Amino acid sequence: MQAIRGEDILKPRWDPALRSRALRAVCRGCLGALAGAAAGAAVARLGLRGHPVAVLLLVVVPLGLAALAAVAGGLIVLAGPIGRALRRFAAPVFWGAVIASVLLIWGVAELMGFVGELARVDPVPEAVTAFGGPLTTGELRESLRGPGRFVLLSGLLWPLQFGVVRDLVVVAGVVAFVSVFAMFAIWWERKVSARIQSRLGPMRVGGWHGWAQSLADGIKLLGKEDLIPAGADRPLFCLAPYLAFVPALCGFIALPFGAYWVFRNLDVGLVFVLAMVGVEVIGVILGGWASNNKWSLYGAMREACQMVSYEIPMGMALLVVVTAAGTLNLTEIGELQKSGWASWLAFRNPFTFVACFLYFVAALASCKRAPFDLPEAESELVAGFMTEYSGFRWCLFFFAEYAAMFIVSGLATTLFLGAWYSPLPVRWGAVLAEGGLLSRAVHGLVFCGPLWFVAKCILLIYVQMWIRWTLPRVRIDQVLYACVQVLLPLTMLALLGQSLWELLVPRGSALGLAANAITSAIGAVLVMGAVGAAAYGRMNRRRLVGSLAVEHLPGA
Amino acid sequence: MARDVLLESVPDLRADLDRESMAAADVRTEEMLVNMGPQHPSTHGVLRLVLRTDGELVLDAVPHIGYLHRCAEKIGENLAPYQFIPKTDRLDYLAAMNNNHVFSLAVERLAGVEVPERARYIRIIMAELNRIASHLVSFGTYGLDMGAFTPFLYAFREREMILDLFEAACGARLTYSYITIGGVTHDLPDGFVERCREFLDYFEPKIDEYNRLLSYNQIFIKRTGCVGVIRPDEAIAWGLTGVCLRASGVRWDLRRCLPYEIYDRFEFEVPVGLPPGGVPPVPAGVPAPKVPAGTCVGDCWNRYFLRMIEMYWSVAIVRQALDGLPAGDYRSKVPRNLKLPEGEVYFEGENPRGQLGFLIVGDGSPIPYRVKARGPSFCNLSIARRICRNCLLADIPAIIGSIDVVMGEVDR
Repeated sequence: MQAIRGEDILKPRWDPALRSRALRAVCRGCLGALAGAAAGAAVARLGLRGHPVAVLLLVVVPLGLAALAAVAGGLIVLAGPIGRALRRFAAPVFWGAVIASVLLIWGVAELMGFVGELARVDPVPEAVTAFGGPLTTGELRESLRGPGRFVLLSGLLWPLQFGVVRDLVVVAGVVAFVSVFAMFAIWWERKVSARIQSRLGPMRVGGWHGWAQSLADGIKLLGKEDLIPAGADRPLFCLAPYLAFVPALCGFIALPFGAYWVFRNLDVGLVFVLAMVGVEVIGVILGGWASNNKWSLYGAMREACQMVSYEIPMGMALLVVVTAAGTLNLTEIGELQKSGWASWLAFRNPFTFVACFLYFVAALASCKRAPFDLPEAESELVAGFMTEYSGFRWCLFFFAEYAAMFIVSGLATTLFLGAWYSPLPVRWGAVLAEGGLLSRAVHGLVFCGPLWFVAKCILLIYVQMWIRWTLPRVRIDQVLYACVQVLLPLTMLALLGQSLWELLVPRGSALGLAANAITSAIGAVLVMGAVGAAAYGRMNRRRLVGSLAVEHLPGA
Repeated sequence: MARDVLLESVPDLRADLDRESMAAADVRTEEMLVNMGPQHPSTHGVLRLVLRTDGELVLDAVPHIGYLHRCAEKIGENLAPYQFIPKTDRLDYLAAMNNNHVFSLAVERLAGVEVPERARYIRIIMAELNRIASHLVSFGTYGLDMGAFTPFLYAFREREMILDLFEAACGARLTYSYITIGGVTHDLPDGFVERCREFLDYFEPKIDEYNRLLSYNQIFIKRTGCVGVIRPDEAIAWGLTGVCLRASGVRWDLRRCLPYEIYDRFEFEVPVGLPPGGVPPVPAGVPAPKVPAGTCVGDCWNRYFLRMIEMYWSVAIVRQALDGLPAGDYRSKVPRNLKLPEGEVYFEGENPRGQLGFLIVGDGSPIPYRVKARGPSFCNLSIARRICRNCLLADIPAIIGSIDVVMGEVDR
């Protein structure tokens, strides 16, 4: 039997026997699922008198499985043409996938809104509760008040009447977003590091700049042997990656991507997200302990040590903003920053400005990113807490790391850098916001919207990558020193200063406005300086890299 | 077994004190023995260190060697010297040209072989280019040991260009066997001098770039400054040579102190480790480097930094050798079965890692009676246990990396 490799997705090399065997298996599965659905329909109709839940479990689920099998069969049959098309049109496929992801998220949001409208128009008290009353398709169709062509739509929408199902769909969307983002970030990190190191990075898989590299890597990791060391604490060893990944995922529950783009608008959103980032550490410590490997243990102990030192300055730096905003609700904090660049909380006064940088340093430590990557310090601890992990468990640690990077960047964006608003005051686009779909889309692109939030997060993640590929690693005593003896007093001072500022400098006073103007100007100069330096380097790169290394430049 | 030897050999007061104070608090603590290597990312090959640790603190580090022993010296007793040249490539495989050079010089001294003038210049060019290549690897991997990945790739990008030059000259990229008894195996190819000059002009400004990227980085200085300090008297007592000796402030470089080949014809300085604020000598026209605060003579940072300065001087030597390169033969006529006269010769040359010595005993036959190599890595490694004591775990890669051992030469 031929093993299936990651590149088979794009370059199928199945022999006919294997292919027909796989096809037969899939067909059998499909037929079996269809038969199950038919039997389920009979049972549901005769035995349970068409109870909706019975229909859902006995008919819809087997039908879904059958559809999945059919899709798999189609993929097997069409693998060759699909692979050729992917290789041929790699760049359009990549950008198409990006646009499709955005559209999908938008579509899910619209759908949720639509179902929410339905529930409001024709409120059925039992229907809102989980698997509550028997709301039939007929009633749903009536609530749509449409002619017969809505039958299919309302049939499809039927499960969405339950809040639990809606939440599940959104959670699936969040998981998909995190997974897709982690895969993108891994690929992107490789490209960024390659640029920094005058290499090319992944170039083959998927064609256009190796965009499918993470996909192929993921499938490779799934196929790897799942090793558990003989002396390991098996249950804890298996649990640890999930303890790292699930909190990272939970952080997204309260992270607002936009004014209405938040899964649960919690009044203590900030505390919740911070707690989730903190809980993630337990997975790391547990994994290091359960591995029964001395290097892993070192990694775990370093992580514990590092955590007690960075968590306090991190939380205190965020408190500075909380005192400025007066709320812990992330959505409300975001709403405060709608009046353009100068209203961003980082530029409120000198203390929030300093707190922004302090938070970023502590956040680097919390993500275990260089120069604070001691728990997995490759040259000292082999791979630290991940030494004994392989395959999918290792993959989960990796996903957790990138998810955590997004979360801390998201917190920085929400609290300091204008959340989902663009540097332009949102009132300039008030006319657009009232218009039709197109003008609203333009409004979302130019003034406010989840795209701005994601873009800012990606920019901050880029800074993290830039730092990682530039700086050496600090030593454990230096981490403790930096966090406890430098960051902590500084954040305390910032908090004290911010409190006094709120007390003594009234909103709108001359001093407040002047401080706001100065810090905004410094921020603008910093950003423009970075952009200018990058542009200068890009334009003069042939001269800067020297005569002989020009051929090593990416794209040369 | 190893543990017993280890625990007995190092009486350590700190551990005893800890035990007493901990016993009072009824807390049991244990020292942990950790095996670092022979498969470990930062032991530069197959060095194995047994660490006795107390948390992050390393109380003792015992190097174990021999995982790469290939009987090089015994093989030397069964091969004619020109057959042994490829074996010398595999001692310090990052500086194969220098190994060839020293071995050839030793044999030539024993057998009384004359070397043509052009060959001597070519040898200097190759030896110094290889010194640059070797120091580049050392610089890159040291960055890697400290967690900075990027300098490594820059260093290897530049090293590839030197390897291209070597490939043009002799066809090989790692084990050259280019310098041989009586000269070199081939003449320089057409255009070599121009390509070499182009490389030097390209490379010289890069050293300053590396310094700005890594050497003066505050984190890097904090990690390596005043770590693993070797006093000058210790350095001499432990038989250190090369950069490890000079970084402790001892001005001893065989190229200058006991000039061999034609090193006395070139102008170059021998930089040594300096206290903060010191300005090491560099050739005219390059930015003046300065030893930053937070370092001290004989520490890891100085050992690392001397290699950067030595690259400047190697560039200067290659430039002078290219200028003075005469026409003529590239190899003198040496009989295939060169009879080694009765007697022995011991010759040392300055390799990138220190003084490589060859003892060759002839008995009148073409095959030497005895060949013995004194590897600089082996001697330099001997001090590792002395300076790895009572440091942090993260200092171990810093110290081992700064000593810059090549296990092929330690185990031979």
